[in-house]
Amino acid sequence: MAGILVYALHDDEGNFNKNSLGALSEAARLAAELGTEAAALVVGDVSDEGAQGLGKYGVTKVYRAKNVPEGLAQPIVDVMAKVITDDGFSYALFGGGLLGFEIGAGLTARLSAGVTMEVTAVKVADGKLVCERPILQDSEIADVGYVSEPGIIIGRLNAFDVKEAGGNAEIVDVDVELSEWSSKAELITRGEQRGADVDIEAADVLIGGGRGLGSAEGFDACEDLAGAFDNGAVAATRAVVDAGWYPYAAQIGQTGKTVAPKLYLAVGVSGAIQHKVGMMNSETIIAINKDSNAPIFEFSDLGVIGDLNKIMPKLTEAIKAKRA
Amino acid sequence: MKICVLVKEVPDAAVQKRIDTGTMRLDRSGENNLNPFDTHAIEAAMQLKEGGDLQVDEVVAVTMGPGSAQRALQKAVALGADRSVHLTDDALVGSDVCATGVALAKVLESESPDIVLLGQQSDDGECYTMGAVLADHLKMASLTQVVKMDVEDGKLRCERQAEYGYDTVALSLPAVIAVGDAINEPRYPSLKAIMGAKKKPLDTKSAGDLGLNPDEVGEAGSKTTVVALNPPPAKEAGEIIEDEDTAETVEKIVNWLDERKLI
Repeated sequence: MAGILVYALHDDEGNFNKNSLGALSEAARLAAELGTEAAALVVGDVSDEGAQGLGKYGVTKVYRAKNVPEGLAQPIVDVMAKVITDDGFSYALFGGGLLGFEIGAGLTARLSAGVTMEVTAVKVADGKLVCERPILQDSEIADVGYVSEPGIIIGRLNAFDVKEAGGNAEIVDVDVELSEWSSKAELITRGEQRGADVDIEAADVLIGGGRGLGSAEGFDACEDLAGAFDNGAVAATRAVVDAGWYPYAAQIGQTGKTVAPKLYLAVGVSGAIQHKVGMMNSETIIAINKDSNAPIFEFSDLGVIGDLNKIMPKLTEAIKAKRA
Repeated sequence: MKICVLVKEVPDAAVQKRIDTGTMRLDRSGENNLNPFDTHAIEAAMQLKEGGDLQVDEVVAVTMGPGSAQRALQKAVALGADRSVHLTDDALVGSDVCATGVALAKVLESESPDIVLLGQQSDDGECYTMGAVLADHLKMASLTQVVKMDVEDGKLRCERQAEYGYDTVALSLPAVIAVGDAINEPRYPSLKAIMGAKKKPLDTKSAGDLGLNPDEVGEAGSKTTVVALNPPPAKEAGEIIEDEDTAETVEKIVNWLDERKLI
């Protein structure tokens, strides 16, 4: 078959990642248009029920490598490379996420394959897939095609919607001997949560804090501002979470949460793509930043160029007064 | 033990980047600079060398690119690298991720490093992929987007954020590590180091020197092709307020929010 193979990521409890499920739905749609089939690939301890259930998203087959651990890319490259080669898949598709980048990149080298990343849409042209990839801070969209098979497609976070269509999938258990170098990395702990367990997904108003806050103490002003609204909470960028300024549970973007509050008020956030993909569907976006060239102003409804340390406390007071 | 650090010259952050629609490649004619993420990779290499947990004899900066890319190597050397290798050849022009991986893997093979460090992304391409591509070619353990790295029992103990939180991974050497900008605070080069950078050994290599087949690199070796370039869907430009009088600015924001019933 000349189908599309999708890697389906799961957590330690066996729950599949939403972006992987979106990729399955997208692969099923594209396969139908190409006149071929879509299949999923899972590794680790996935139950029969769990694997078959992926059929719901339109894949007809689920390859399962039980002896291969989930969570690190290189062993999964071994499995996918073998399945793609043995069964003649034309494309490998990944939902947004870090592991997909690493596996897709590994396959590029292993199979001498073309790779396109941060893909926001895939279309069929002359019986082949063409990817839309935004480039240069999303100022242009490149249509990227493949000159040979297989082609590797790495989606942007939230690019593909989850759609339930089909029924059960057939499970194909595969046994793959891992490369010597694929076993040289050991996952010691996975998915460690750092900092308080805060809930940002239920908030109507989110104050998103970035590196421009200057220090962990800068988040005090964010919390004051969030408190001035009804049902407000504070979110953070990856940079400040990595720096230990704010809890991981509050992080938005590629390796964090995706949110869509009524109001997203970004303070000291530059607006890197990895952050943007996690909050761009907010109903209203306001940005306060002293750098007039910050990319966040490109997708804000209201942009305020100025010193957040001066503006935030006064804004908090004014909103409290207005609501009083 | 030898560490190779991959560096790249990218258009300066202040330069408005554009694609040359004749070649469908990035116009690199403006002001260029060392990719900011690579300065963190160099710093990580220097900390491994100075830390003493590993016996690091040499840090080698490696780049692929046109003649001007030597400036990126000079900056890397000013930041502490002992010498540098410049892979440059007209045959390499137009390489995609796949073809770039083939070429860089060859130049790294010629150095036989124990550790390869690089920035997790370049400011221009933002592909995030080169570390994992090279690890597969070089048959080395690998991890990308690393924000903490320590030496423990001769292994690299690394931390990074993945889909479900922070992962801790121990890697045996040799290994390829792509680092994020949270991993360290890069040092500033001393004036003496900047002046001395040009005196450190620089080795220039062509595709032929490395035994690269012209069919596997450059445009010929690329497996992707940009078939069209389109503007993104038009979005209504937002309002902009420049803060001159903060009381007035705040009043404007509050009114704006109030009009939209967001207070």
